[in-house]
Amino acid sequence: MTGNVKVWWKSGTQWVWLSAGAISISMIMVFGLLLLIASRGLGYFWPGDIIQINYKNDRDDSVIPLIGEVYDTEQVPTLRLRNAGYKISTDAEYTTRYLLKVGNRDITGADFRTIIEPNIIKQQSSDEIIAVERREWGNFYGYLREVKENGKVVADDKSAKEELDKRLARALDLYDKIHQIEKNDIGAINYKLERLRLAQRELELKNEFNVAEQQETENERKDLEAQYQKLQQQLAGLYQQIKRDSFTARVAGGQVVEIPLAKVVRVFRPNSMSILEKSRHYLEKLWEFVSDEPREANTEGGIFPAIFGTVMMVLIMAVLVTPFGVIAAVYLREYAKQGPLTRIIRIAVNNLAGVPSIVYGVFGLGFFVYFLGGNIDRLFFPETAPAPTFGTPGILWSSLTLAILTLPVVIVATEEGLTRIPKSIREGSLALGATKAETLWRIVIPMASPALMTGMILAVARAAGEVAPLMLVGVVKLAPSMPLDGNFPFLHLDRKFMHLGFHIYDVGFQSPNVEATRPLVYATAVLLVGVIIVLNLAAIAIRNHLREKYRTMEV
Amino acid sequence: MNDQAIITDMPNRISHRIDVNSVGRSQKQQSLAAEKISIEVKGLNLFYGNKQALNDINMVIPCNRVTAFIGPSGCGKSTLLRCFNRMNDLVDGCTINGEVLIDEKNIYDKRINVAELRRNVGMVFQKPNPFPKTIYENVAYGLRLQGINDRRKLDAAVEKALKGAALWDEVKDRLHENGMGISGGQQQRLVIARAIAVEPEILLLDEPASALDPISTLKLEELIYELKSTYTIVIVTHNMQQAARVSDYTAFMYMGEMVEYIDTNTLFTNPKTKKTEDYITGRYG
Repeated sequence: MTGNVKVWWKSGTQWVWLSAGAISISMIMVFGLLLLIASRGLGYFWPGDIIQINYKNDRDDSVIPLIGEVYDTEQVPTLRLRNAGYKISTDAEYTTRYLLKVGNRDITGADFRTIIEPNIIKQQSSDEIIAVERREWGNFYGYLREVKENGKVVADDKSAKEELDKRLARALDLYDKIHQIEKNDIGAINYKLERLRLAQRELELKNEFNVAEQQETENERKDLEAQYQKLQQQLAGLYQQIKRDSFTARVAGGQVVEIPLAKVVRVFRPNSMSILEKSRHYLEKLWEFVSDEPREANTEGGIFPAIFGTVMMVLIMAVLVTPFGVIAAVYLREYAKQGPLTRIIRIAVNNLAGVPSIVYGVFGLGFFVYFLGGNIDRLFFPETAPAPTFGTPGILWSSLTLAILTLPVVIVATEEGLTRIPKSIREGSLALGATKAETLWRIVIPMASPALMTGMILAVARAAGEVAPLMLVGVVKLAPSMPLDGNFPFLHLDRKFMHLGFHIYDVGFQSPNVEATRPLVYATAVLLVGVIIVLNLAAIAIRNHLREKYRTMEV
Repeated sequence: MNDQAIITDMPNRISHRIDVNSVGRSQKQQSLAAEKISIEVKGLNLFYGNKQALNDINMVIPCNRVTAFIGPSGCGKSTLLRCFNRMNDLVDGCTINGEVLIDEKNIYDKRINVAELRRNVGMVFQKPNPFPKTIYENVAYGLRLQGINDRRKLDAAVEKALKGAALWDEVKDRLHENGMGISGGQQQRLVIARAIAVEPEILLLDEPASALDPISTLKLEELIYELKSTYTIVIVTHNMQQAARVSDYTAFMYMGEMVEYIDTNTLFTNPKTKKTEDYITGRYG
């Protein structure tokens, strides 16, 4: 019997089972995590039913009507509620408590209300309740009454919704046009005016601002002003058009409120939507999430600027770290004499990888932003003083800080790749009359490029997730403009940017109602994981292609 | 080429086994003194650290002939060969005294451009080492190094080199396939094509056939015979029959010293020293 056990032990089967088990557990954890955040985050966009209830307020025994969306449900011990002042007559140990999104913050003052089940007197649902997403003051819930144009009623009751949809489509179109003119066209003019001012200031500082220059500047300014006036006129016309339409609706408390269509993003009736319509709505909202700009202090709208900022910063970082790391690794491995000095350098590089990332942030702030940036401002941008250009956190310094953070990984991976190139290939190249540098450039580094890509993949994976250092060197809650736009020089490395990781922190901890925006945190987390996966897959695809290309017989 | 000479391996009777026809290919009783000189070695001493690997080598390599270095393992023949294109510079701790003159210039002079030297003195290694590029790019590598990037020039040069290496017919339809996807014998000829594409004067072959099968070896030896009219060839080989078949002059080395250096025919039929005779009759090494 023991003989059999011994044989089994020796065969090593138990280790196979152990490793398989460990891998299975890891995979379950990974996918479980992804599923968890996906389910919590992506459910946010599905239009929930709106209920109308008559609610008894325990404080003054009044009954108030409420309309809203059920956001969250939880079971609370009845005792706790009684101690908080609720009068509950049932004997149940737990009471259901709902978080109701009542909207109408401009009227009631709060977006959310907590209500408890026992105090709900009557519940009804009506197909007619509309939910309105607005640009300010959050959502609106109510009953549609009339559609107005320039103060005159054009539709009410049955045909009102149709009319509303039509006019809303038109209003959204107008809003897009207005937004386009304001953001892009007028933005460009403002940018040019600012550059003009800076150019003038530069000349003034050099005492070269003579009469001819003055005249030229004046002419240009007049030119731009004229363009501006034209655009303003256009804008005025559009504003007038968009201001015509509005609609009135009755809220839960009975008042009738008028809402201008200029402020409306979307109107829908969730209770009367079919599954197909709800799916369409869901996909629309999902698309809006990834492609639109944020509203309401980052708690509504889209997070496109954050996605863009994250990807842009990672790309700039990859462009900075790869040559740095590769050249350092080539020097360490190929040119430096292997001895105590190179050993010390390698130890130092490996230790860099262990430094906490916030320390890099502090270093970046002190060295890059204040020292380097300050000096660059002093030498090259004296005309912008006292407003700093590069002497302030921005995307360039963020990318540089993260480049230093991930440098050790790239160096180690590249060195590994270089050692794997067989000596015979190098000798073959040298024997043909190539110098060492030519051999490196034409043969060795291309052959080591899969290892280089590995280093870059690891760097990108690490950097995309780092948030702490970025908070010090360039990320903001809401950026007025993106680092890449249509104004020369197109890539503005001195601008601050938004970042998905920071967005999670901001929405999760610094929003007006943390409970309510929790699903948004999960949704952003899903997006961040998605972005990283896409970046990694792209890099892996490139690496596989390179591996095939430079496959040698022995390696 | 007589098949018997390839397949037979009976050391004791080598001197009788060498076919008269094959020896007749190289002229009988040649004299080194009458030849035009390609490389001249004067008082060469080489040290790996403290260990001496080459001891006072003096010799001349004749032009447009095949010279073979033979000897037991570790005798220094590869080391001496690598001195001719300064590949020993790559070894840490290698010091060299003495002179090696090519075209009457000492190649160990500080002013010499080593890359230029290596273009002029090509080398083929024991294990074929084509680059992981296409066949075309492999052969064109040396030319691109010199800055020649014109497509037509490269096409012509690649074709010429591959024909010169007797590989053109086999690969002319797959020039843009990976150079590592061909057989060992073809790879070695590709490496030769790569070396002759830059039109060197001298070709150094370090045991080029030791990793190849007999038929490829046969083809390679025929190639060497053809190449010698254009290039000076120095070949290091473990295989005495090969040295006998292929070379005009043979040098026998032992423990870092040049023991005997004379025309092949004489060395294999009438060696002067006992050490040489012991080696070629197989008593040791």
